[in-house]
Amino acid sequence: MSLPAPALEIRGLKKYFDRPAVDCLDLTIRAGEFYALLGPNGAGKTTTLRIVAGLLRPNAGSVKVFGIDALSDPIEAKRLIAWVSDEPMIYDNLTPFEYLEFVAGLWSIDATTGEARARELIEWLGLAPYAHERCQSFSRGMRQKVAIAGALVHEPQLLVLDEPLNGLDAGSARQVKEVLTERVRDGAAIVMTTHILEIAERMAERIGVIDKGRLIAEGTLEELRWQAGKAGNTLEDIFLDLVAEQSSVP
Amino acid sequence: MSQSATLVWFARHEFRLFWRDWISMMTAGKRSRESVLAVVAVVVALLSHLLAYAIIAPFAEAGIWPDKTTLVTVTGSAILSWMLMLSQAMESVTRAFYARASLDLILSSPASARRLFAVRMTGIGLATTLLMTVLASPFINALAFIDGPRWLAAYGVLLAMGALATTLALAVTVMLFRSLGPKRTRLVSQILFAVIAAAFVIGSQAATILITSSLSGISLLRLESIVDFAPETTSFIWWPAHAAMGNVTALVFFLGISLALLTLVIAIFSATFEDHVSAASGVAYHRAKKRHRLTRFRRVSTKHALRRKEWKLLCRDPWLLSHTLIQVLYLLPPALLLLHYVGESVSTSALVGLLPILVMASGQLAGGLTWVTVAGEDAPDLVTSAPISARAIITAKIEAVLGAVGFIVAPLLVALALASPRLATVAVLGIVVSAFSGTMIQIWFRAQARRSTFRRRQIPSRIVTLAEALSSILWASTAGLAALGSWFAAGAAFAALLVLAVTWMIRPR
Repeated sequence: MSLPAPALEIRGLKKYFDRPAVDCLDLTIRAGEFYALLGPNGAGKTTTLRIVAGLLRPNAGSVKVFGIDALSDPIEAKRLIAWVSDEPMIYDNLTPFEYLEFVAGLWSIDATTGEARARELIEWLGLAPYAHERCQSFSRGMRQKVAIAGALVHEPQLLVLDEPLNGLDAGSARQVKEVLTERVRDGAAIVMTTHILEIAERMAERIGVIDKGRLIAEGTLEELRWQAGKAGNTLEDIFLDLVAEQSSVP
Repeated sequence: MSQSATLVWFARHEFRLFWRDWISMMTAGKRSRESVLAVVAVVVALLSHLLAYAIIAPFAEAGIWPDKTTLVTVTGSAILSWMLMLSQAMESVTRAFYARASLDLILSSPASARRLFAVRMTGIGLATTLLMTVLASPFINALAFIDGPRWLAAYGVLLAMGALATTLALAVTVMLFRSLGPKRTRLVSQILFAVIAAAFVIGSQAATILITSSLSGISLLRLESIVDFAPETTSFIWWPAHAAMGNVTALVFFLGISLALLTLVIAIFSATFEDHVSAASGVAYHRAKKRHRLTRFRRVSTKHALRRKEWKLLCRDPWLLSHTLIQVLYLLPPALLLLHYVGESVSTSALVGLLPILVMASGQLAGGLTWVTVAGEDAPDLVTSAPISARAIITAKIEAVLGAVGFIVAPLLVALALASPRLATVAVLGIVVSAFSGTMIQIWFRAQARRSTFRRRQIPSRIVTLAEALSSILWASTAGLAALGSWFAAGAAFAALLVLAVTWMIRPR
């Protein structure tokens, strides 16, 4: 019996702008796994995730989503993916309800199912009192919650999240974390970048550290500690050591 | 560091922003184009002066005297220009109340909001005057060259007109704020400045249609009846015209009154500027609170979801109205002609004049709406990350734009079809081709931008603006000539296709 296809399989991924942004990156994320991708500013995290979401074409390499080649068959791959960026992608002149209806339409979700999910998400994320107000008056945190609801309304199997908790207050961040954890329990895979290492430490099953477009360490928190040879250290200590070590390499 | 927050300090700050903004707009943000801009400005100035000389010379060489016909012509031209100035001033004043970014910084500082208001309103007056000066200066200079330097006094009249336009714009906007509140003011003022901008042209066309049953224009001002009806040359209503023709007393009086009025309204209304800005910033909240209705998801295809989203956003865009309304208003004279036709005093051949207007307005409207829906997509990542091909996304957006244009012109086409099915067929073909051309030009040159920057959509490329204008003009000519049964229509169509082909070839890849 063959093994189920990984949720995300990246091989030899390269993307150049004026310099290499992603440089021969290999990454595998299993279905039902919460994976945190860490790295200093400009390490290539966002570029990698944008390629996975089909927003950028790589110069080389392959990207497979549940076995579907995302570069040769992007439409089929996109059906399984949701993308949330650190800048909420919403429309000022639509209400959250209308926004979710639009997203459900884009992913061809049946209207009845989409509406039920939308109402559930609106309730979960504490957006119910604002469901029929236009987003233009929303705070950054509320906008981000609307964007996250949009990412979840079509029940993606792979969630690609770039700093999704930016701008959220403690209460909202907890709501979002609970929703994400719920999705992982239901079998979805999540790959998320974050600069808040505590979140990665608490939520992620595995953590990848990327610098200068390359994966420099990967594993569970314990495995990273072992790799860094510093048992008992926090993720922050390990991360800073790994990045410092990498920057000393010419 | 200079003394902070004085009137002069604010004026210098605002002027620096205005200047850099203008240079950036004219050079599309590329400093290397500044020298090119200077050369182009000189060439355009020379050509416009030559053109103005050619137009003015036949009338002015024998000398111009302030008789009734001249006074009617000068005053009529001044009113037309002033309408445009008023429209521009109203838009600028309204935007000054709703602008947030720099106001938040300044209003949160201990600097005087009244001084900022005074500087901004004066700036609006100067900018309004400057724009009209650029347009009028070739004619004023040509008159001064041919008929003597007394005509240079017209520059003073332009300044007075700018001050008066700003005075009225400010007074009307503040009154709207007080009577209607900030939410409705934005809507009503947009309608007002679009109507004012189009009013004189439309009014003169409408009057011409009613009198002559044709669409051939502005010569209304020269009609004997108007000259006969006009007051004697000594009447005070001719003072601005006398001032423009070099009467120093009239100039001093007109300019003095205008500047005094502007100073007075600035002094009166500056005290409430901060309150109005605060009220304007709460518009979104108030608007949102009232919208509380239960809706249900509808079963739609992916493409229709995109089209519906575009239509909703177009309808709800708070600033789009003023940009599209003028194009829609220009359709009113043709509508009037059609109504007149129903009264059976117009021949079918007179309706031919409708076609170029319909076709050109459709092309321009489609170009603008395409920019809003394609370049002004506020969530490009969301749409791109959806399981729908790029081609399907663009197709849905084109369909949304053409649908919106169709919705606007449909009533006119139906009326035209009742009058002349042949002309209606030509009009439909012309509108479809013109609108599609305007749409495609925008798509070939699309560059992501914020929807709120619609007013500056021409910045990224002058080529787009030129191509869009040429294409709609040429398709309008094609439709007009085809309606007349002229073979020259084929030539105009060929020229339009040539413009599209050249635009397609030089599109960014």
